[in-house]
Amino acid sequence: MRAVPATGHGGGRASLEPDIAVLDQDPPAGGTDVLRINDLRVEFRFPRYSVEVLAGIDLSVGSGEIVGIVGESGSGKSVTALSIVGLLQRPGFVTGGRIDFAGTDLLEVGADEMRAIRGNRISMIFQNPRASLNPVFSVGKVLREVLRVHSGLRGGAATARAVELLADVGLFDPNAVLRRYPHQLSGGMAQRVMIALALASSPQLLLADEPTTALDVTIQYQIIQLLSRLRQERNLAQIVITHNLGVIAELCDRVAVMYAGTILEEAPVERIFDAPRHPYTQGLLAARARTELTGRLESIPGQVPDMRNRPPGCPFSPRCPHAGDVCRTANPAMEAVEPRHRVACHRWTELA
Amino acid sequence: MSEPLLDVIGLEKRYAVRSGVFRHRDLVAADDVSLTLSAGETLALVGESGSGKSTVGRCILRLEAPSGGCVRLDGTDITELEESDVRRLRPEMQMVYQEPLESLNPRHRVGKLVAEPLVLHGIVGKTEVRNRVVELFQLVGLGEEHVDRYAHALSGGQQQRVGIARALATNPKLLILDEPTSALDVSVEAQILNLLRDLQRRLRLAYLFISHDLAVVSMLADRVAVMYLGQIVETGPTRDVLSNSFHPYTRALVSATPVDHPRQKKLRIALTGEPASPIDPPAHCRLVPRCPYAEPVCSAVAAELLPIDSCRSTRCVRFQQEHCDGIWDPGGDVPIQDTVIRSTESEVNELKLND
Repeated sequence: MRAVPATGHGGGRASLEPDIAVLDQDPPAGGTDVLRINDLRVEFRFPRYSVEVLAGIDLSVGSGEIVGIVGESGSGKSVTALSIVGLLQRPGFVTGGRIDFAGTDLLEVGADEMRAIRGNRISMIFQNPRASLNPVFSVGKVLREVLRVHSGLRGGAATARAVELLADVGLFDPNAVLRRYPHQLSGGMAQRVMIALALASSPQLLLADEPTTALDVTIQYQIIQLLSRLRQERNLAQIVITHNLGVIAELCDRVAVMYAGTILEEAPVERIFDAPRHPYTQGLLAARARTELTGRLESIPGQVPDMRNRPPGCPFSPRCPHAGDVCRTANPAMEAVEPRHRVACHRWTELA
Repeated sequence: MSEPLLDVIGLEKRYAVRSGVFRHRDLVAADDVSLTLSAGETLALVGESGSGKSTVGRCILRLEAPSGGCVRLDGTDITELEESDVRRLRPEMQMVYQEPLESLNPRHRVGKLVAEPLVLHGIVGKTEVRNRVVELFQLVGLGEEHVDRYAHALSGGQQQRVGIARALATNPKLLILDEPTSALDVSVEAQILNLLRDLQRRLRLAYLFISHDLAVVSMLADRVAVMYLGQIVETGPTRDVLSNSFHPYTRALVSATPVDHPRQKKLRIALTGEPASPIDPPAHCRLVPRCPYAEPVCSAVAAELLPIDSCRSTRCVRFQQEHCDGIWDPGGDVPIQDTVIRSTESEVNELKLND
């Protein structure tokens, strides 16, 4: 499908892409890939038509690495995460690709095996933490249940571990929090509880879907610090999905920019901010409000495309100020700008 | 700009909360809120959820009756008015809401939603309505083809444009913008912010801009009022307040706003824990339990919003007592340069490791 397949930074990619492999000398902290997604395709099937929601995603996450997926609504970031943990629901269907996790293709495993992996070795947290918690169970009940299922802990041992986990995510007075119900938690506390639940089984990979979007800025910053500390202390690999480039700048090592079901650009976080190559990435960076800035913002004209009428060629071409004829007809392949920096744009060399 | 368009003095809003069978306590949503706003000016009301910023907006519109204080619009005290007189004043001030889709009736075409205030307030004759609607749509960057659509058939940005067109239908002088872009995507947010700027220039609108996003506020607002637990804790010109804050809470808000670039270094002051309860708040500074600079004096005296110079004021007791020449070093055991004072975990947090 692609001219250049996934360019991970860890082992096992040499046969795929020699020139990049040779140049790839500085993998981020960690080294080996925890997760590798190859050409992931997802379709939403409706009675009269179907929509390709992911049109071939390549992405990898190294151990201890935080990879950000940034994109606007409808770009497919959440569908990517749900596909990884096998929670994609109808009308969504994975139609192709591989998701390698520790030697297993997650798309091939059965429901039971997936259930064992999910929540055990891969955990996920969501945007609205209070909605993710069952309102009729106390924090302690849920946490002890998770510990029983995933670690076989019961009684006093489970309670002790639960207190430890709550303290670890920075909650004051964990014993009191154990007795609380979701409606008695603030948004920030609820998100910390969700993170504690996610950590209960010592996962290798945490998926965070807009983890701070519903929170106030001071609380958002506390959660950013917490996720950052989990990387340092537990070497926990993370995929952080957000539309907020500030969160990306604070937290991530590497960024994938998604648009209309494809990754348009992927690079280490500083490269994305210093030398974005895709016109969409450039537009996003120019369009965000910044405290250092006054005056008009450079907005991207038009709207995010309707997936039912995906434009031919490059999905960004209808809004792109640099689009030429080729952009409107042929889908651009992922090309390496430099090691670990890939872009899917026909004209990136001309525009650089 | 001699006479301000909007003049709010000592606004207060309390809700009675039951606690026990015979006891009622007061939840203070807004307390001692005073602000002014002139034509063509933008004042941002900044604060986190529960700070009372939306309550202030609703009280100004008389969507809720304030418990105390007064709100003057063009010299008329609207808190004293009868409901029917308020209705006559409503065209003067309109609101744009955060969730465009939820604030637009899904069963009517959007053109009808914009026409409604025109008819209700008798602003144009029946034959003129359609033309005026199309004019309003053009004003906010929508084409005539959008007039007959339903809200759900429009994108988020287009829906918010309809919300703005509806607010502008009555030729208001004051728009209250309650987080108008926080539900929108980045690229669309920029379009709406630009539109709001252009409209303000053309129509000399006054904006009361309610937001928690300091980046957006610094784009749009001339002045800012920072709210914490129902009170304004600091006011002043946006640039000055954000770059040299006179209140620890403002400093914390600024420091918690994400960096613009991964290599940007930032002074970080983290507040401990979460806001206290707005029920029966103390007379002294409400930030004391969370403030890294708090000293015994802060809990000993009442905190009042006092002017520091001609255009700025703060409610911080220590600042009022200690500052000189507008520079304040809270000093003490609290180093302020490039370190995080205290976080929830009382840990010292290093920032991004890049660099």
